[in-house]
Amino acid sequence: MTKKVVVLGEAREGALRNVSFEAIAAAKKISGGGEVVGVLLGDAVQSLADEMIHYGADRVITVEHPHLKQYTSDGFSQAFMAVYEQENPEAVVFGHTALGKDLSPKIASKLASGLISDVTAIEGEGDDAVFIRPIYSGKAFEKVKNKNGLLFITIRPNNIAPLNHDTSRSGDKSSVSVDITNLRTIIAEVVRKSTEGVDLSEAKVVVAGGRGVKSEEGFAPLQELATLLGGAIGASRGACDANYCDYSLQIGQTGKVVTPDLYIAAGISGAIQHMAGMSNSKVIVAINKDPEATIFKVADYGIVGDLFEVIPMMIEEIKKLKRTD
Amino acid sequence: MNIYVLVKRTFDTEEKITVSNGKIADDGAEFIINPYDEYAIEEAIQVRDAHEGEVTVITIGGDEAQKQLRTALAMGADKAVLINTEDDLDEMDEYTSAKIIAEYLKDKEVDLILAGNVAIDGGSGQVGPRVAELLGINYVTTITNLEIDGTSVKIIRDVEGDSETIETSLPLLVTAQQGLNEPRYPSLPGIMKAKKKPLEELELDDLDLDEDEVEAKTETIEIYLPQAKAAGRILEGDVADQVKELVNLLNTEAKVI
Repeated sequence: MTKKVVVLGEAREGALRNVSFEAIAAAKKISGGGEVVGVLLGDAVQSLADEMIHYGADRVITVEHPHLKQYTSDGFSQAFMAVYEQENPEAVVFGHTALGKDLSPKIASKLASGLISDVTAIEGEGDDAVFIRPIYSGKAFEKVKNKNGLLFITIRPNNIAPLNHDTSRSGDKSSVSVDITNLRTIIAEVVRKSTEGVDLSEAKVVVAGGRGVKSEEGFAPLQELATLLGGAIGASRGACDANYCDYSLQIGQTGKVVTPDLYIAAGISGAIQHMAGMSNSKVIVAINKDPEATIFKVADYGIVGDLFEVIPMMIEEIKKLKRTD
Repeated sequence: MNIYVLVKRTFDTEEKITVSNGKIADDGAEFIINPYDEYAIEEAIQVRDAHEGEVTVITIGGDEAQKQLRTALAMGADKAVLINTEDDLDEMDEYTSAKIIAEYLKDKEVDLILAGNVAIDGGSGQVGPRVAELLGINYVTTITNLEIDGTSVKIIRDVEGDSETIETSLPLLVTAQQGLNEPRYPSLPGIMKAKKKPLEELELDDLDLDEDEVEAKTETIEIYLPQAKAAGRILEGDVADQVKELVNLLNTEAKVI
């Protein structure tokens, strides 16, 4: 049976996040040839609708309201439910982002449905779709299926490839109006700490430092390398505990789990808790003075050496490479 | 103030994971309180000490989860509740857990519920917000600071590295993010006192719940370990050559830069 699948698109600083396009690809697979309906919630999101269609959505519904300028679970759930009730889909896909993680359980609970969170791969299509998700922070995986009722999943960024971007695609764009009431949460202030604007969990390149970075200033060459590669910086718990950086950068079993295309571990020994947060990265580079460091066991490429010598040289080499491109 | 903390017993973070008979093997494994739940317990104790009241820790599980509840009591919680589903349920999912916990809490006077933002085993982070929704109360996830003044609440939450300052009010459910506090270790007197603190044990029957009402909506059909990675390549030569080779490999072989 084909399914109608609703996908929540997510904007950040005026543009759709990559995970929204990945979610459309996931929805397409689940739909088994059915319809994929994009949903955008915000105060001014209509201009983003075409982009969802170019990435494969069949049509897009926007809900605009001043109270949707910032995400709140009350505001967004009221807006999403208005669309849900109009469309009555068989499946729903969100990104497993801060917003998706916060909102999806509320909606699933309202609908008394299951919710398969943090999906990294989908096997099969339509009714036979089975969802793979990491458990024990990536030390193991489980295959999960929906038993009955609404199928609801969130997908982990960077794992499901988006469909081709095709600007010749067109589709219907409509809007739903809602009355948003009883917001129980007021967002008084947002402090942006992510320095270079690349979100750690969505970054294609992560340069992470451990105790070997030795100080807060020691992160400067790592940041330079990350910026050069369009990536984000991360850290081991050791580096956070030693106050070299903020806990928001921590990668590991407690902390963030990342799966970038390239993970560069500098001065990180490779405790089991840290590896749980990064071992599923596609390519891992380890730089460590200690040739016995366990990080080398999961690394694709390793350099035994001082990160303060190696990283500046890498920056120079990459700059050379970029010039010749 | 009536404070409840949702707690889960999980594998120690040091444990290596093995699979036997399609399940995660747990014989001989060390178990702990889910690390994020420890932040929740610590915060609950601090809130109680500042505002008076009582901290009750709740878990769903088998008899062996008593150990983690005793640890929470030794940290300073006042009461513990074990909802023992061992005889009634073979399969549970987040829908099941939330429904059971909400059923227990629905006729209690609840001011504040704390939970970890995610459990390090299942990793879905659903149960807290689901419970709040079932109880009809507000929730804020991944918090790193909590200030309560009367019924007004000021929170700082972590949003993918950015921090959001939030104003809301009790009753409320919050989920703890790392950085919220530094959980205490149980003291020896604490451990002695914990033995005498009340630990109530309930089953689904006591909550007037049928197995059918909490039947899981999703089903795990297979559990497996990730493929072992082939040994990587340690580059050789002087550092400058290694770096050149590395950048070249990342560009032409791995194609990631």
